[in-house]
Amino acid sequence: MNSMLSPYLPNTDADRRAMLSEIGADSVDELFQDIPEKLRHTHFSLPAPLSELELKRELRQLADSNANLEDYACFLGAGSYRHFVPSVVDHIIGRSEFYTAYTPYQAEVSQGTLQPVYEYQSLVCQLTGMEVSNAGMYDGSTAAAEAAVMACIVSKRNKVAVLNTVNPTYREVIATYVEGRDLAVETIEPDASLSADYACLLVQQPNFFGCLEKIETYVQKVHDTGGLFISIFDPISLGMFRPPGDYGADIAVAEGQPLGIPLCFGGPYLGVFACRKEYVRYIPGRLVGKTVDVEGRPGYVMTMVTREQYIRRERAISNICTSEALMALAAGVYLAAVSKRGLRHVAELCYHKAHYTARAISTLKGYSLVFEEPFFKEFVIGCPRAPAKINEVLLREKIIGGLDISHLIDNGMLFCVTEMNTKQEIDRLVEILSAS
Amino acid sequence: MSKHYLLPDISKPGKIGCSLPELDVPLSELPPENLLRKELELPEVSEGELVRYFITLSKMNYGVDTGFYPLGSCTMKYNPKWHEDLPKFPGFASTHPLQPEDTAQGALQLMFEMQEYLAEITGMDAVSVIPMAGAHGELASQLMIKAYHYERGDKDRRKILLTDSSHGTNPATASMCRFEIGMISSDSEGNVDMKSLNTVMDDSVAALTLTLPTTLGLFDPHITEISELVHKRGGLLLGDGANLNSLIGYAKFGDLGFDCIMVNLHKTFSTPHGGGGPGSGPVCTKQKLAEFLPTPLVACEDGRYRLVAPVKSIGRIGGFHGNFGVLVKAYAYIRSLGAEGLKQVAQDAVINANYVKEKLKAHYYLPYDRTCMHEVVFSHKRQAAKGVNAMDIAKRLLDYGLHPPTVHFPLVVDGALMIEPTETESKATLDEFIQAMIEIAKEAKSDPDILHSAPHNTPVRRLDSARAARQPDLRWQISGMETEK
Repeated sequence: MNSMLSPYLPNTDADRRAMLSEIGADSVDELFQDIPEKLRHTHFSLPAPLSELELKRELRQLADSNANLEDYACFLGAGSYRHFVPSVVDHIIGRSEFYTAYTPYQAEVSQGTLQPVYEYQSLVCQLTGMEVSNAGMYDGSTAAAEAAVMACIVSKRNKVAVLNTVNPTYREVIATYVEGRDLAVETIEPDASLSADYACLLVQQPNFFGCLEKIETYVQKVHDTGGLFISIFDPISLGMFRPPGDYGADIAVAEGQPLGIPLCFGGPYLGVFACRKEYVRYIPGRLVGKTVDVEGRPGYVMTMVTREQYIRRERAISNICTSEALMALAAGVYLAAVSKRGLRHVAELCYHKAHYTARAISTLKGYSLVFEEPFFKEFVIGCPRAPAKINEVLLREKIIGGLDISHLIDNGMLFCVTEMNTKQEIDRLVEILSAS
Repeated sequence: MSKHYLLPDISKPGKIGCSLPELDVPLSELPPENLLRKELELPEVSEGELVRYFITLSKMNYGVDTGFYPLGSCTMKYNPKWHEDLPKFPGFASTHPLQPEDTAQGALQLMFEMQEYLAEITGMDAVSVIPMAGAHGELASQLMIKAYHYERGDKDRRKILLTDSSHGTNPATASMCRFEIGMISSDSEGNVDMKSLNTVMDDSVAALTLTLPTTLGLFDPHITEISELVHKRGGLLLGDGANLNSLIGYAKFGDLGFDCIMVNLHKTFSTPHGGGGPGSGPVCTKQKLAEFLPTPLVACEDGRYRLVAPVKSIGRIGGFHGNFGVLVKAYAYIRSLGAEGLKQVAQDAVINANYVKEKLKAHYYLPYDRTCMHEVVFSHKRQAAKGVNAMDIAKRLLDYGLHPPTVHFPLVVDGALMIEPTETESKATLDEFIQAMIEIAKEAKSDPDILHSAPHNTPVRRLDSARAARQPDLRWQISGMETEK
């Protein structure tokens, strides 16, 4: 087959000639003459093109060289969680009217994008108990970072406090954003007092180690100084546990990936971002509002756009433009599909299976549960030897063990158990740990 | 159009949209009551109702698969169907970002090769595929530039220069990095005004951010002089690569003098835009900035791939390793076209834009009448005489079943109509669009009201944006009481 025939390119050589003639150019190269001649390239080196069949075969092999969690049991979490995704989610977001649309600048032909964002914002508010949600951020970590920056803008203060039990990766991302803006960030101990110059305090609930924090203490602590309380929550945990709106969070952010989005080696994910109504004009990213058309029919538009880069330019709250709209659609469909009973059930499955696992492991010789606080689906086990060594043994048995956090806690391993872990595989994990 | 309704309108207590397994382990004691949630209200619908609701909505959307989508600066090209299947391979979709590197060599290899391909395409030395959108890549680049100058003790370089045709993300990003902004005007040809640049380019400038081709769809022929001037005075040249589509195979940003550039995989490399994401905005850089790239990069040693942190990295900008699923599709795009195919992409994109330019310039005012690259920018100037503006023209196009171009951007053209056909549109489609635009130009003279009141046959008509902003209605709300009714 002619290697220059590409299914992506509809114009034939005859079309090209006809168009060039209309343009009045003798050759296509004439159109590139504004590029200085000595910088004009005719050669660059990439692998020879492959057909659909060949490349699919090659990529399938590449994919198969990874250990995938359909073949392996997995007890790894730490910010990316294996939860059940009902097929209905993928079928809906797989409609190309959704996924091949651009940002809905032309609202009249974008109600299919806009109305689901309004649903998503509503569902997030219902879930979190917060008053306003935006249309989504890149991921949980950048949502947390943008929340910290927003708190500085709102409070006109320039210091951010992060509790030391927040996911270390999140703390790094927060530092990148906050320090990039010439603001300061400090990691604080649980019993540290807060001076009145902090814009906010970020607390993760449940925290990085899986434990449920005594959240009111922290809310009180930062509110006493006039700062904002930012909650980093696990959306699945809200099927059982108190939502951020209930304990007085001013901004609530989360990694939205557990809500119907595959692990996919870390992305695309979704940053959930919600806040109190009084801060709505400081919220970063897109907001969709309900309005009416000239005939009085209900419809949806992107709104309060003066917060955004494409209107306000250098005075925008954030530079965010393209975000994760399709992932927000997935999260909306997921929440609607599982609904309140389903979400509660998923949370309970996680809770009981995690506790069953923790109990079983901590009865093994040399293994112990490190923290006494209540936990949800993650917990830290102190192991009798290096977690890396234990994970090697587990891997041979087709089990991906917990996260090695021995740099934080002596021989510590952070386990995660969700509804995806069957009793059989939990029992097998315990058996192998006891034998090794 | 069917009747408007929302999820709570079809919710009834006792329905559910999916099935879940029973608990297979013994119950554990629940945590203290004060930690538990008292109530949770979400709509309750069956799976079939849920599907029908969203499919009905999908039909109210216009996507690239629906028709021509000449949204300037957005490169809305066709997204090959089979690329959509690739990230769903279990070896990609079901891999955990923190699983041991030895068990994720395939994923890391793909990321590594993407770094290599993008370095080759842009003529740069090092690439990070971590940024999750173009604006995210811009943030990373500007933070790198800030760190670079700081490291050299050049701390007074607090300014980023922008052109008056720049994307809104450029100044917004500069603010996020606490840079001041200096503006440079365009000259009468739509190029950087060298006099203006010469005046403002001093030792307070950290970098000039330049989109090339510009948002006017023009390649600035003075690029070498621009680069020399900026570098001579100690600044860096930072690229916004949103318009890379027309340059592949013809020019490399590295050779043009750029020190660093972000590219949009969801534009040039054909990954679908998803109605506002996910995107991917890799940063490609020369050696002098490489050690500042965000963490992590993928390195290859002795055939083994691993994640590494550049020595003076600006740090992490995201939770994991970027939008991997998007990378897989862009990777397939590069591998399925190869070097010659990508060059053909650039050629066809440029032919298509110039063809539209030639066919419409008798009907719409063309502020810069010269060869364009991937897009052409007209103005509503002629139609404005009859009280018709660019937005009216856009809305009327909707009646013709076509997606409008970008309007009122770039700001440097009054009433801009920014048309980017892309290479995936046939001559026949372009002719249909051109015909519609000519009809609309006639209507603007004969019946301007039909443009003012457009669109007429879309699922909804012009929406009251002022009301949406004045009386914000950003959510529905249900409580337990209401759903029990």
